[in-house]
Amino acid sequence: MSEPLWEVFVRASRGLSHQHVGSLHAPDAAMALRNARDVFTRRQEGVSLWVVPAAAITASSPDEREAFFDPAGDKVYRHPTFYEVPEDVQYL
Amino acid sequence: MITRTDLSLATYCLRLGDDALVMSHRFGEWVTYAPQIEEDVALANIGLDLLGQARALLTRSGELAAGDGPAATEDDLAYWRDERAFTNVHLVEQPRGDFADVTVRLLWFAAYQHALYAALTDHPDPTLGGVAAKAVKEVAYHLDHATQWVLRLGDGTAESHRRAQDAVAAVAPYVDELFTDDELVTDLADAGLAVLPSSLRAGVQSVVTAVLLQATLTPVTPTWHARGGRAGVHSESMGPMLAVMQHLARSHPGASW
Repeated sequence: MSEPLWEVFVRASRGLSHQHVGSLHAPDAAMALRNARDVFTRRQEGVSLWVVPAAAITASSPDEREAFFDPAGDKVYRHPTFYEVPEDVQYL
Repeated sequence: MITRTDLSLATYCLRLGDDALVMSHRFGEWVTYAPQIEEDVALANIGLDLLGQARALLTRSGELAAGDGPAATEDDLAYWRDERAFTNVHLVEQPRGDFADVTVRLLWFAAYQHALYAALTDHPDPTLGGVAAKAVKEVAYHLDHATQWVLRLGDGTAESHRRAQDAVAAVAPYVDELFTDDELVTDLADAGLAVLPSSLRAGVQSVVTAVLLQATLTPVTPTWHARGGRAGVHSESMGPMLAVMQHLARSHPGASW
């Protein structure tokens, strides 16, 4: 089928953010939302769904990986490793 | 001691359960045949919802018909009755057809089931009332799914419009049977134990007609009406369907998986 591709995001429960779970084909946004409901939430995985046209996503290129990501590799001072995280803080 | 009312209610549950069971099997037949894999999953989901309704309704039917004796189980009723003992309407047993056929058929059936279950949610029998309360939400989704596709097929390409209009004509003779009363259901309805099918007709027809008109399709008045499903008289396609549905259980009695 030549129907457009949609990326699907599911929010598992209140307070969490939407997570990318996969992609699917659908003729339009309304059908994409319904297909996402059937394909990705049939086992009670979520309370909210987003669908986004895959064509609307601008992605970084594998060719640019070194320039984009490697400079962060040796800068440990950017990591918040000197803090203690209290045990009862969830989702951090 | 089994009362006449219990037996009538058992038959009523059997009718609703057989409708759901046979429709469920027809939806199972769509897996790998839908126009896209997403629709395979959607149709299978709808079939599984219907199967869940059928299981609860057939189990309850077996219990009501048995009184204090041993009850026929859901499997006994699904796999070991012959064609004449099935009480489903003709609409649900019709062969798969094309995607427009299943979509328009689902539009009618889901609109009917939605009105029916909504009216049964406060039924005095706790099982029947419980099934209806759960199923009414499932069926609301089936109705939405059918609506979405009928709109797109009817108001889509010239080819999809033509095939959707053909599907509207093809299903038309099978609609009236959904809304036909008989003595059993009239007696039950008088006692507050059933919904009179004819009481659902106007509401369901207006729901379906609104969708068809929005989809630029023309409602069709049939020249004949299917009859007899509730009494076990079925159309030509019922036997082959049952042969497939019942073959495994009958070839390997007691098998489990």
